[in-house]
Amino acid sequence: MRHKALTLLAATALASLTLSSCASGGTDDVALDPNADLTKQSLVVSIWADYSPADLAETFEAATGIPITIVNHATNEDVMGKLTAGGDSGIDVAFVSGQYAQALHEAGLTANLDKSLIPNESNLYDEATKLAYDPGNEYSMPYAWGTTGLCYRSDLLSEEPTSWNDLLTPAPDATGKTTMLATERWMALPALKQLGMSVNTTNPDDLAAVKEQLLKTKPTLLAFDDTTFYTKLVSGEASLTQAWDGWCNYGIAEDPNIKFVVPTEGSDLWTDTMTVLKTSKNKEAAMAFINYILEADVQSWVAENILYKVPNEAAMKAVDPAILAAYPNLNMTPAELLKQEVIVDVGEFSPEFTKLATEVMAAG
Amino acid sequence: MAKKSPTPGGAPLGARRGWAGLPFLTPGTLVLALFVFVPLVLVTTYAFFKRGRFGGVVYTFTLDNFARLADPLYLNVIATSIGTALIVTVLAVALGYPTALVIVRLPPKWRTLALVAVLLPFWTNFLIRTYAWILLLNNAGWINQGLQAVGIIDEPLKMLYTQPAVIIGLLYMYLPLMVLPLYASLSSQDAQLTEAATNLGSSPFRVFRTITLPLSVPGLLTGCVFVFVPAMSNFVIPELLGGGKTVLIGNLIRDQFLKARDWPFGAALALVLTILLVALIFAQQTASRRVTEGPRERKVKRNA
Repeated sequence: MRHKALTLLAATALASLTLSSCASGGTDDVALDPNADLTKQSLVVSIWADYSPADLAETFEAATGIPITIVNHATNEDVMGKLTAGGDSGIDVAFVSGQYAQALHEAGLTANLDKSLIPNESNLYDEATKLAYDPGNEYSMPYAWGTTGLCYRSDLLSEEPTSWNDLLTPAPDATGKTTMLATERWMALPALKQLGMSVNTTNPDDLAAVKEQLLKTKPTLLAFDDTTFYTKLVSGEASLTQAWDGWCNYGIAEDPNIKFVVPTEGSDLWTDTMTVLKTSKNKEAAMAFINYILEADVQSWVAENILYKVPNEAAMKAVDPAILAAYPNLNMTPAELLKQEVIVDVGEFSPEFTKLATEVMAAG
Repeated sequence: MAKKSPTPGGAPLGARRGWAGLPFLTPGTLVLALFVFVPLVLVTTYAFFKRGRFGGVVYTFTLDNFARLADPLYLNVIATSIGTALIVTVLAVALGYPTALVIVRLPPKWRTLALVAVLLPFWTNFLIRTYAWILLLNNAGWINQGLQAVGIIDEPLKMLYTQPAVIIGLLYMYLPLMVLPLYASLSSQDAQLTEAATNLGSSPFRVFRTITLPLSVPGLLTGCVFVFVPAMSNFVIPELLGGGKTVLIGNLIRDQFLKARDWPFGAALALVLTILLVALIFAQQTASRRVTEGPRERKVKRNA
């Protein structure tokens, strides 16, 4: 869900990664050594840009003595390309969204997490250990989570929105001032939920119904926008947008009239996770890294600075109350989040979602 | 038959044909092989295989990727791309030709300044320049504010996130690529030709129509290709200025790689685009040669 901004550059990166690495197969799961000398290991961690403290490498190295290199990716697809290109990507720990972790696991690329080396998992909310893409967090550890809803200017709308229908068939005063997300799974979400279907549908008929609705909605839209919708709210160009909760907070930071609501028909629950790659030769250090991130004061940084909810109870309790008051959607409880449908990978069906998005965007 | 070498050093002609120059070619050839030939081979190969579920390809031969291109959805996108690029090219000629003509006729001091002004935008990152257009064109933007302030309009004009916004953005981006080859072509024309024509009583329009314009055709064609080719494959401007409501072939290819994880179909689309553009460049080369050398048959006759 995170950081689609300037994915443009990633296009060029693709060319290079297809040329990369084609040697050495993966090592099979071997028992980890709890007494391994971690300072002899080193880590390469791939994470979305600006999604972790700028001094993470220094503080982690100071705390554990493990040398670490942090590399950035722009999108899930970007890092998936590197990880699935074959051979050893050189990455030990990769941050990917839940459904991508699931895909990596199904491709046999993830290592199972050794929970004896990750005692801080007990900081997580109980709900965060039973997410549909990976119940029990066997191969992925949640880092941040949230949902998708409506982000709007309460001072510009005559009525507070409550339903996806307010977006799909906007009132006259909002017509031409709404935006929808451009990424296919989320573009389909409002219509799917409004029609009472699953966000993880693999039924072509469902997508046909979604397409019919979106073709009606498109003429009422200002734009499809993944990255700058909140600036459109701030400038008043848009009054109602489909938004990820954390991104809506960036708008709220600039204009307190901006509010966030999850429509009554329900929405998705997305998760960004940490995975350890099977090819990693530094698995003990990788587990230590995940354990370090799960410490309350490390993960509370994410909530306070990225304004995303974290699935870490101890960390959420440590968040400055002033921040929780300023950004109400940070206060959504795990139970409220769990009412939403956990988004999972739809595998072979995913090109159908892309085709739907292309059809809608290309329609005259 | 040339018996003497044309080179001042007097080396025999045969030596020029030999391998002596090869070391000098090596770096360039390597760069071309690595950055042009290898990717092209990869793209071509991928286009004939099946999609890997997580990106990449499964090495099973198939022609499905090309069959899918026949879907009206994709044909429509290709047609829209060609149409958009054509409009942009025509507008670039309409704006670029007079600009180049004026620059050529400026005093040398001002000419340099004008050329720098044409190139100046390239010194700024193109994303920043595109965002500047968003600031100008949006409903709460400077143009609308200005027009509303002076009372010309009551409601903001809807300019951003429309097809014309995409065309404006592309035109702005690639106009210098039209002006520069035209300038090069116009400034290398022999001034004595126009002087002679004027002395013999031709009107300025006739001078332009019979001398300046025909002699500038190669530059004009080069400019057209320079504008058409990138305009056709740009995917940033349709997204930012078109609000994602217009899909051009560049967006389609990008989405196959970065969203659909369907590399083979993306490769097939890229291959078709490459073939279209190579054909276009070939046509431009042929046309230019005709203009500068005259039709081939005539030349053969003259030689005979």
